[in-house]
Amino acid sequence: SSWWSEVQMGPPDPILGVSEAYKRDTNPKKMNLGVGAYRDDQGKPYVLSCVRKAEAQIAAKKLDKEYLAIGGLGDFTKACAKLALGDNNEVIKSGRNITVQTISGTGSLRIGANFLSRFHTEARDVYLPKPSWGNHTPIFRDAGMQLKAYTYYDPKTCGFDFQGALNDISKIPEKSIIMLHACAHNPTGVDPRPEQWKEIANLVKKRNLLVFFDMAYQGFASGDIDRDAWAVRYFIEQGHNIVLSQSFAKNMGLYGERVGGFTVVCKDAEEAKRVESQLKILIRPIYSNPPMNGARIAATILNTPDLYKEWLGEVHGMANRIITMRELLVANLKKEGSTQNWQHVIDQIGMFCFTGLKPEQVARLTKEFSVYMTKDGRISMAGVTSGNVGYLAQGIHAVTK
Amino acid sequence: FVPGCFSVLVPQATPVAVFKLSNDFKEDPNPMKVNLGVGAYRTDEGQPWVLPVVKKVEKLIVADNRLNHEYLPILGLPEFRSSASKIALGEDSPAIQENRVGAVQCLGGTGALKMGAEFLRRWYNGNDNMKTPVYVSAPTWENHNSVFANAGFEDVRPYKYWDAEKRGLDLAGFLGDLETAPKHSIFVLHACAHNPTGTDPTHMEWTQVAEVMKRRKLFVFFDSAYQGFASGCLDKDAWAVRYFVTQGFEMFCAQSFSKNFGLYNERVGNLTIVARDADNVRRVLSQMEKIVRVTWSNPPSQGARLVAITLNTAELFAEWKDNVKTMADRVLLMRASLQAKLQALGTPGTWDHITQQIGMFSFTGLNPKQVEYMIKERSIYLMASGRINMCGLTTKNIDYVAKSIHETVVNVQ
Repeated sequence: SSWWSEVQMGPPDPILGVSEAYKRDTNPKKMNLGVGAYRDDQGKPYVLSCVRKAEAQIAAKKLDKEYLAIGGLGDFTKACAKLALGDNNEVIKSGRNITVQTISGTGSLRIGANFLSRFHTEARDVYLPKPSWGNHTPIFRDAGMQLKAYTYYDPKTCGFDFQGALNDISKIPEKSIIMLHACAHNPTGVDPRPEQWKEIANLVKKRNLLVFFDMAYQGFASGDIDRDAWAVRYFIEQGHNIVLSQSFAKNMGLYGERVGGFTVVCKDAEEAKRVESQLKILIRPIYSNPPMNGARIAATILNTPDLYKEWLGEVHGMANRIITMRELLVANLKKEGSTQNWQHVIDQIGMFCFTGLKPEQVARLTKEFSVYMTKDGRISMAGVTSGNVGYLAQGIHAVTK
Repeated sequence: FVPGCFSVLVPQATPVAVFKLSNDFKEDPNPMKVNLGVGAYRTDEGQPWVLPVVKKVEKLIVADNRLNHEYLPILGLPEFRSSASKIALGEDSPAIQENRVGAVQCLGGTGALKMGAEFLRRWYNGNDNMKTPVYVSAPTWENHNSVFANAGFEDVRPYKYWDAEKRGLDLAGFLGDLETAPKHSIFVLHACAHNPTGTDPTHMEWTQVAEVMKRRKLFVFFDSAYQGFASGCLDKDAWAVRYFVTQGFEMFCAQSFSKNFGLYNERVGNLTIVARDADNVRRVLSQMEKIVRVTWSNPPSQGARLVAITLNTAELFAEWKDNVKTMADRVLLMRASLQAKLQALGTPGTWDHITQQIGMFSFTGLNPKQVEYMIKERSIYLMASGRINMCGLTTKNIDYVAKSIHETVVNVQ
């Protein structure tokens, strides 16, 4: 007998399951639109040129491999905060933020969840937009928080249900935590417009809610770093002391290097020091201190003017390719003779597109055309190329006409 | 609207002792200062050492255009996991041949302990049983307590281990605690080079420990952070782990490649799982994935790649073993040197424990007052427990350290 006889087989991961099935398919025209990683127009992973240059620079320095501090590489965390909040942000100048290096976005959310669970004793509830990234719920739950939702996506318009969101937010109990996607909402690609963000910020202030921003796509959404961080910066300006998760998986293509940051905007520098000391206490029993490689690459890029410039250009390029694919997809659908309204494909932003396809249509698309995507109709635009967009349009038209 | 929700609720936490020590050392202006608190290898010049084989493999990785920065699978790089487990269990391990070994790539040894602890809390001895006692040695690496407590275990207790009077293993106490521990208790065992005492059970003593653990159905959780680093020989240092496997235990082994590969900041670790059969392994790994997903999603690729390439390439593997031996040999040399000097000085007490102990650390036997004297009067930094890192010793500073220990022991009781 075994200690583990009662251990059940865990259910398969919904997103990974898609990739597994894709791998097994022998159809030469198959498409993997489940993957949440950028691909170039040949469908290949893309290592940014500024990343290769940064790696070469780092290799030449012959640095040691001594442990980082628990909070991570200082050059990285400072630059990470600046990137999100803006160079001349008053928060950074007054030292009232604490930014720690984390294991990409997931690690950041987890540390944040653990921190709030331990110290935000006024409320146990985290309000996620409906829908949200699939992993948000298990992360917060595992940290001991309770999950609730506020209306966000409107399936009738494939857009933002602004009134629905305001209605729900107005009823959230004070001091609860509200999760906001800073830009390129995952999975819908639907972002509020600036005027809508302003109203949300106002309402959130009235309700006295603690804001948790998840920013996994800065630069990747519109192609513009500052534009994508606008909501985060606006909220801070309006006096919200937010907590913020950042990921460099997508915008620097550093997926497997696990580069991220977690920031707490505090009342003042003294509070930031206390918060920092507690974050360290939370981090140490999980992994002691974070991995160096990716943080060094990111720091080198962010802190070297010509690499930074090159990076901005490459991020812009990736975002543009996505936007182009959106336009091409809609154009091809029209060419196929589709009479459906596909405007949302162009209006949505970032890596993902909520097509509006129903589960049966998705199933047909997969079975008859070998196009793999998640059941909710989400496709990763990153998996679309100028070479396969026509085929994709054919398939989508076939299952929706 | 009241900004700063944490103003009243977030107290300043006390800093972790070993990091405070390093900080104080940094700020000390005394040119003779010596840092014996650091937990990393140092060369005879007192410098960090990036292993020559690591430098070589890094160049290979940079030159290989087929490599990218894509996500690893949730459980990590397959070639790393299997080769890392082979290192711990041995190439010809019956458990590997019987297909009942699984592994999870983790962030350093800490990450491996964390994953194991989280899994055990959820699935061992019932479901979400926070009351299962977890035993850690007295003393132990201080983070052991935090890892298991944070995973939800409410009852983390010490088992007798270090005998301060005789400066050796308290075998009777250890076995006694094993006999009286509640059934199914979890025991964290140091595979070799016990941290902080440097005192390991002999083979015979390990067989006695195993006998009680098997009879009383206690869970074996090895912490293997120094394989190769202790004796200079990988197989020798893995003897205890492999012995327990031959005894039929289902067990966990948290492996760190921080010290033996010098990859500290790349966070390279592996949780090796030995189970009854392949089906159990499969189910355990599927649940490990769930835990990984809510903690870090997938592990960092650089360090694992490096280790995998090294372990799976014959010449590189040989070169690595050689580099490991270099480190272990320098430590052994410093031990012998320090012991000889203290003996020559006629320092009161016996100092054989310096050469009998093994690995990076030595429990000198200095008491807190003596430690304080060493730090304040001699600028020699060591832990309050009297633990020194042998790697902090060099041919240039060993005379100063020996004389200082002598002076301390003579003047401070």
